[in-house]
Amino acid sequence: MEQQREKELAVALLAGEPGAFDRFVEYFRSKVFGYSWLMCGHREDAEEVAQEALLKAFENFDQIRDPERVRAWIFRVAKNACLMKRRKSVFAPERELSLEEFLPIAEGEGEHRHIEIADWSKVPDKELLNSELGDRLRQAIAELPESYRSVLLLRDVEELSTEETAQVLDLTIDVVKTRLHRARLAVRQKLDAYLRREHATHP
Amino acid sequence: MPHTPENCKEVFAMLSQYLDLELPSDDCQAIEEHLAGCAPCMEFLESLKKTVKLCHECQPSTVPAPLTPEARRELEGAWKKMLERRGG
Ligand SMILES: [Zn+2]
Repeated sequence: MEQQREKELAVALLAGEPGAFDRFVEYFRSKVFGYSWLMCGHREDAEEVAQEALLKAFENFDQIRDPERVRAWIFRVAKNACLMKRRKSVFAPERELSLEEFLPIAEGEGEHRHIEIADWSKVPDKELLNSELGDRLRQAIAELPESYRSVLLLRDVEELSTEETAQVLDLTIDVVKTRLHRARLAVRQKLDAYLRREHATHP
Repeated sequence: MPHTPENCKEVFAMLSQYLDLELPSDDCQAIEEHLAGCAPCMEFLESLKKTVKLCHECQPSTVPAPLTPEARRELEGAWKKMLERRGG
């Protein structure tokens, strides 16, 4: 649905429809800001990246043949602008994440085999914005090494396809898949630890 | 896939692709058979699925400051130029 809306915004903009400019700017500015904010962690940088990405988009829009590709294209400009901005990383150092570090520890045998895990069934999946869980999630994403964070932000937060993400980040499809899985596992593990602590203090 | 810790590890490695419907149907079926008989893997999968859902809902905790008139003019100028090039 979002993809459809983005396409419509791009088509209207290219056609020079009245009002299209403001709608496009409002929508993509906050989108690129959100991505850049989670990507580089500095508010001023994120605002500058949003401006630069939109400006580049407008300057080069006539080269885009397919309006479907607008969002991948804008995120690519934003990603490059983020890289240029990068001050000393405020986040986690770059490192490889391995599958083993996220493998749950199983105990018991046969029927009684179980893993240590929080009760996820009561976790709401909506209205995150002002909740502590939302803060924990943003923190867990922020703490991912950058090469994993960039993949998870595009795939799971911005909901780009695997192919689009690979295009934006200049990665192969397989690398996108591998990094996405590990990034999700890392975020899951942090949330699980938080949920278990919560449950222990407020059973 | 039978239910042994080794198979759990194999399943574990493919869970994201399973959730994203990116697996060939053979692998998909093998995983489903395993999940049906393995509560720990099933429970883990549910938590991973929820994590992905939460990411879909993730918003930055702040919004950008309003666009300044200068910044808006800069963008509008570039847009109009692009339209002229396109039209001409
Ligand atoms: Zn299993």
